Amino acid sequence: MLQPYLPFLILLAVAAGTAVMMIVLSHFAAPRRPTHAKAAPYESGMPPLGSARERFSIKFYLVAMLFILFDIETVFLIPWGTIFFTGAGTGGPAMGFLLIEMLVFLVILFVGYVYVWKRGALKWD
Amino acid sequence: MTFFLVSSIIKIVVVFTAIMVGVALLTLAERRICAWMQDRLGPNRVGPQGLLQPAADGLKNFLKEETYPAQADFWTFVLAPALSFTPALLTFAVIPFAAPLPTQWGLVPMVVADLPVGFLYILAISSLGVYGIVLAGWSSNNKYALLGGLRASAQMISYEIAMGMSTVAVLLLAGNVTLSQVIAQQQQGGWFVISLTLAFLVFFISALAETNRLPFDLPEAEGELIAGYHTEYSAMKFSMFYIAEYSNMVTASALMATLFFGGWDIPFTHWDDTGDPSVLKTLLTLVVFCIKTGAFLFTYIWIRWTLPRFRYDQLMALGWKVLLPSTLVYLTIMATVIWYLHGHLGWAYDRPMALTLGAANLVLLVAAVWGLDRGRIVSGSVARRAA
Repeated sequence: MLQPYLPFLILLAVAAGTAVMMIVLSHFAAPRRPTHAKAAPYESGMPPLGSARERFSIKFYLVAMLFILFDIETVFLIPWGTIFFTGAGTGGPAMGFLLIEMLVFLVILFVGYVYVWKRGALKWD
Repeated sequence: MTFFLVSSIIKIVVVFTAIMVGVALLTLAERRICAWMQDRLGPNRVGPQGLLQPAADGLKNFLKEETYPAQADFWTFVLAPALSFTPALLTFAVIPFAAPLPTQWGLVPMVVADLPVGFLYILAISSLGVYGIVLAGWSSNNKYALLGGLRASAQMISYEIAMGMSTVAVLLLAGNVTLSQVIAQQQQGGWFVISLTLAFLVFFISALAETNRLPFDLPEAEGELIAGYHTEYSAMKFSMFYIAEYSNMVTASALMATLFFGGWDIPFTHWDDTGDPSVLKTLLTLVVFCIKTGAFLFTYIWIRWTLPRFRYDQLMALGWKVLLPSTLVYLTIMATVIWYLHGHLGWAYDRPMALTLGAANLVLLVAAVWGLDRGRIVSGSVARRAA
């Protein structure tokens, strides 16, 4: 049953191996003459002011949180979509039932979405 | 089992090499097509028509000096290109690229790993690429790189929702997440681009955003962020980010061909998917698959030299306020139509049903174009700040 995953594991080994090989080989093949200027952060020639590890906009966190919520909704939709067409034929629930069920789910999701929009979570400026 | 292992390893080596070579040629194709569109010649000195240019570039990148920024977080900095590179080359594994090949030991399906999770695998693995990008941006300790990394991750996760939702529409008709089944269903009835046109458009836009291509290339907007998350990377590590980006493009194109354009299906004939498999069928379907993928890759490059870049708030507004709700509404409408045709009238998915769905899509498409948001949600260049 897990046999189809075997080629995936081999491919993973090949891809990761190539990645490591590229980094290691170029590490040894290339010359290295570091200077102070080369090791400085590149900011278009300006002397860098302070560290880059500064605060950044909270919006990015908000987007990440909303992503998790909506991505889970997508994941919920996928099994529904898979059985929608053939469900009744293979002993699953009837198509009309599946449709109504998912409409209820989508309406709830949409209420949440409208709330998020009205609270200004999607505003970006 | 031995046959399975040997055939798998051969397929892996061939596909891996094909993607690497394809990516190399794609970098050349991009530069040549760009030159052609701008009425220049482009790189044509190394080898015939510049065909050896990618090899020269690769060799040069191997031998270039690597700089490590003094402030960088060393191990994360070194690891990030690998984290971006590996998933990019893994995603192609589940895409079937030709009709099964008959050999004297048995039938070989022309897909690296025909996983039962199929499409979900692509969603899962392709999102892992975000880690490489955000870690590259953070570990460089460069303000531009950090901003580029943040922008890239926010953009990729935003458009992933629209992308996932648009593929749910495909699942409605295909009834299976395995991509070989998706192709079989399209051979039976008709390509999903006809029956699910709007889903394809949403998928296409999201794919542009997911691969950080213009008009959504804000993570590496040269004018604002130097080179974005890979500003501090040089030599081979820089190359690895490039290979990752281009192989993501190849995978996205192949995925669009598979989900909406019938994969390796040869149009207007059932010769390729009925009857006994033969070597000729495998070769011809492989060619057809390559043509479809190539057409999408050309479209990518074409769009790059046609459309200007979005502003970041426009990009986020397009993803969250336009694509997401419209895909939800579209999904609802399509599910209802499919229920009426299949559950109520009892049609199976064949030509007439595909055409009927196509007509429904046309109506929706006209309605969508009619109601196209003209600066109401995605604010135009002169934003309404006066109020």
